[in-house]
Amino acid sequence: MKGFYLVLVAVAVIGGGALWYGSQRSPAPPAAPAASAPLPVAAADAFHGYTLGSDSAPIEVTEYSDFECPFCASFATVQMPVIREQLLAPAKLRWRFRDFPLPSHKYSRYAALAAQCAGEQGKFWEMHDQLFNNHQWAQTGKNPRSLFRDFARAIGLDLDKYDACMDGQRYAGRLEASVQEGEALGVRGTPSFFVNGRPFTGRATSDDFKALVDSLAKKHK
Amino acid sequence: MIRRQAIVLLALVGLLVATYLWLYKIGVLGELQCGTGDCEYVQTSRYAELFGIPVAFYGVVGYVALFAVGLVGLQPRLATDRRVAAGLAALATVGFAFTLYLTAIELFVLHAICRWCVGSAVIMTAIWVLSIAQLRLPGSPAP
Repeated sequence: MKGFYLVLVAVAVIGGGALWYGSQRSPAPPAAPAASAPLPVAAADAFHGYTLGSDSAPIEVTEYSDFECPFCASFATVQMPVIREQLLAPAKLRWRFRDFPLPSHKYSRYAALAAQCAGEQGKFWEMHDQLFNNHQWAQTGKNPRSLFRDFARAIGLDLDKYDACMDGQRYAGRLEASVQEGEALGVRGTPSFFVNGRPFTGRATSDDFKALVDSLAKKHK
Repeated sequence: MIRRQAIVLLALVGLLVATYLWLYKIGVLGELQCGTGDCEYVQTSRYAELFGIPVAFYGVVGYVALFAVGLVGLQPRLATDRRVAAGLAALATVGFAFTLYLTAIELFVLHAICRWCVGSAVIMTAIWVLSIAQLRLPGSPAP
């Protein structure tokens, strides 16, 4: 019986040691950067989100979004093209995109970083569209690292710069700042919208945004 | 007694496997050493969580319970105790049923196999067979 207990202890020590060794040498998964990690770009770098539409548009909508969220993807692919055509192109509206990666989504933070790294090369909206138009990545649960790199290549990013940006989590600070800003405004889910700083409580459809813009435009006249 | 020793040893190995998968799931381990399997695909699927808790953690709890009950059952005065045999058989049956469910998900829903999950399934199946076998042995009645 003593020999059996020795075997048990040996298995426990060897197995436990292997687990400990694995936890020491394995890097953290790229998709889940620790919230407490050092932030390479200052959280308060005066960045308030990428915008679409004219700077002179009288109305601004701020969207808090999560790239892994299916409702955000649906909005981006179904409603947003109409909004771009009918409200943004004629300079009736300006659109501001803010990140609000939900902690329950494993890769949304990583996707937000990919979009920010594309933005660094002037292609935020191109990456935004890639992430939402090819949203299968959010359903498979597979690590999307190589797929996002394919997106980066497809939109013509300098991959060396993109890799350096992603590996260093260069814009983690911006994400934190965006999330904190959203929480302070009362954002609880995604997508959430604010019209000229006020919460938008209508349906997230192009028709409702168009009606809102029309009614506000009348007031301004 | 040899069956109960085997159950304890298998439960310990199963506990290490489940802990490995759980540590990956909570981000302590960066990647799974999986060879040609689809461990990452399985482990990051929505079926890798149940009621918001990683299924690997249920495995950790199950193996700890089997290990603890089995270890207590190795005491000479409990070697033929029917209650220990029944407890082990009950725990192993729950674990085996859960294993069947998870394996079915892998085969028929995800169409992907995680080697570590298969390893755990084999271990749990062996524990179940051994626990049922020792249940059939004559033992001392409960006091």
